Amino acid sequence: MARRERRILTADQSEAPLLVVEDLATRFRTPNGLVRAVDGVSLTLERGRTLGVVGESGSGKTVLSRSIMGLLTSREVEHSGSVRYRGKELLGAKPAEMRELWGTEMAMVFQDPMTSLNPVMKIGRQITEGLRYHHNLSKADARDQALELLKSVGIPDPVRRLDQYPHELSGGMRQRVTIAIALACGPHLLFADEPTTALDVTVQAQILNLLKEQQEERHMAMVLVTHDLGVVAQHADEIAVMYAGQIVERASTRTLFENVRMPYTEALLKSIPKLDEPSHTRLQVIGGRPPDLINPPAGCRFAPRCPYAQERCLTEQPPLVEAETPGHEYRCWFPVGTAKGAEALERNLAEGDAAAVAAVTGDSTAAERVTAAATTNDDQGGQA
Amino acid sequence: MAGTGSAHLRDSDDVVLRVQDLVVEFPTARGTVHAVSGISLDVRAGETLGLVGESGCGKSTTGRAIMQLPPPTSGQVIFEGRDLTMLSGEQLREVRTRLQFIFQDPISSLNPRRKVKDIVAEPLRIWNRGTEAERKQRVAEVLDAVGLDPDVASEKRPHQFSGGQCQRISIARSLVMEPSVVICDEPVSALDVSVQAQILNLLEDMKERYGLTLIFIAHDLAVVKNISDRVAVMYLGKVCEVAPPDTLYAAPAHPYTAALLRSIPVPDPTVPPAATGLLKGDLPSPLDPPTGCRFRTRCPHAQERCALEEPTMREVAGGQYVACHFPLHGEVAPPSSTPVTVSGVAG
Repeated sequence: MARRERRILTADQSEAPLLVVEDLATRFRTPNGLVRAVDGVSLTLERGRTLGVVGESGSGKTVLSRSIMGLLTSREVEHSGSVRYRGKELLGAKPAEMRELWGTEMAMVFQDPMTSLNPVMKIGRQITEGLRYHHNLSKADARDQALELLKSVGIPDPVRRLDQYPHELSGGMRQRVTIAIALACGPHLLFADEPTTALDVTVQAQILNLLKEQQEERHMAMVLVTHDLGVVAQHADEIAVMYAGQIVERASTRTLFENVRMPYTEALLKSIPKLDEPSHTRLQVIGGRPPDLINPPAGCRFAPRCPYAQERCLTEQPPLVEAETPGHEYRCWFPVGTAKGAEALERNLAEGDAAAVAAVTGDSTAAERVTAAATTNDDQGGQA
Repeated sequence: MAGTGSAHLRDSDDVVLRVQDLVVEFPTARGTVHAVSGISLDVRAGETLGLVGESGCGKSTTGRAIMQLPPPTSGQVIFEGRDLTMLSGEQLREVRTRLQFIFQDPISSLNPRRKVKDIVAEPLRIWNRGTEAERKQRVAEVLDAVGLDPDVASEKRPHQFSGGQCQRISIARSLVMEPSVVICDEPVSALDVSVQAQILNLLEDMKERYGLTLIFIAHDLAVVKNISDRVAVMYLGKVCEVAPPDTLYAAPAHPYTAALLRSIPVPDPTVPPAATGLLKGDLPSPLDPPTGCRFRTRCPHAQERCALEEPTMREVAGGQYVACHFPLHGEVAPPSSTPVTVSGVAG
């Protein structure tokens, strides 16, 4: 096994970024048509860095991470573009080749620790499985390592835990076990897909700190997929905001929060209740809902819900362009924080545009009018 | 925490709902689950009471016990001057027209086979309110109030709507009988943040328009802060702290409230994530809750007294009540003359 692993990664250049994704698209064949779940995503990731991928349900954030890892192998899935890991192209790699990378090079922590653990297998065996397969360890050596792993992820009384089943552990403990499994063979790239969404906030804080600690200690790259802007703000170096299968804004974390350009990112930030605001603060709302990914709108995908949208946005898709800060990219014709954007918003407000009214006043009924308009369009398209 | 006592209850005429010493226990093969152990709460007319806590703290059980779904093991639920725990099934059905419930999952709480107009009109039909035409009028009115176009929505079925729209339909259904109190159990937890804001704003609007009193149950502290006039923090079947939201968040008095607040990720990259003061370990089993203060096993300030004597609610600042012997601000609790030793007994 070790031999094959070396052969797979001969193209490794230590200077090259760990992961380079170019124009990746993932489509699902369904009876209703082709769903463009991920549509032209490019990104790079260096060792030791954390990329936060943020988006609402259906934005393609989970499909993106699974596509990169090669977990979507059904015949109903089409991929195009390129995913290069340490110089090796992964799209189209054989399952046997991917199997050598999973665990040793890249690993994933899933959202729900109950369903990602095998309920009828003892914790110890689930951790040692990868160690025995990839590192050819003896049973006793693998068990020793599993014990060390459980200790490192902060599980009390690890000796006893090795012989327990997942149902005997709390949700937080189970997620620690899945992290131990993911880390067992020393991966260089860790995907954490909503790792704390199923957990309580006090446990979430523990798990996020654990991931950060392990990442720094092992100098791993991490892709943190979440819908929670609070989680990425404090735990990612860089953030990619996804909407309808595309990256709509990407920047270093600080730049993104200080210099938002994409109206969708701004809207997301403004719609979350914040602890430092007084009680009963009126929230700004985003009307409507994400577009149908079978027939995405011709122009900007956010345009039907966007308070800044103009004629051009409905017909012409904005490309990902670079802002003043290097590495900051966004997709918008009338970006936030520019004269063009301010003018567009003012014009929409003057005309009583529902999306603009909803965003500025928090009028929930205006927001619903945007949703209703979207629903009518769906009906005409034949897939309500 | 783990406090009992009712110092935080208010003695005024406009209290519409009062819960006293509510206990809910479930017998299981492994013993008795102490889900809710002697909590007291009250809500004034037009007020929103936020009930916040982590999973297993008993907040949903409390909401359901108020509705008598199922009836509590002991305690009183006084709504509009009547103790609901004493009422017959028929009387309860009548009371529930003015005490409504909104569930977490908007899609599974609507019957998928029925049209929206029938779902919303059903309570009216059951109670035989008005004529067919009046009912139709009333349904159109509430659908319009929650932001749905009655002409478009009436004939559709729930699957034709998004999650946020289904929650609007649930809200319309709960409003159609003109309730005075609506209990919302995690009404926005299943929704995306952009839709969550719509529903929170809508609830505020409905409260204003129909003069509603809300009990808002949620695990998200920021959401609860946004909507509430008074917040009760729960832990393992007990109330720890009750205060107006701005006070509670600015200066929590209970160590658990403080730990909870510190755990929340802040959407601001200039704030480093909290590394200290986080809670360790897990929630103790409700089958065998700790003696004295139920939070003591995870509390950084716990002392011997916390294991022996259960703290009771007392006021530490204007309107801020805490059940803790050694609160983060305010005075140490005076020694109790009749120490309560075991929390199970206290419940």
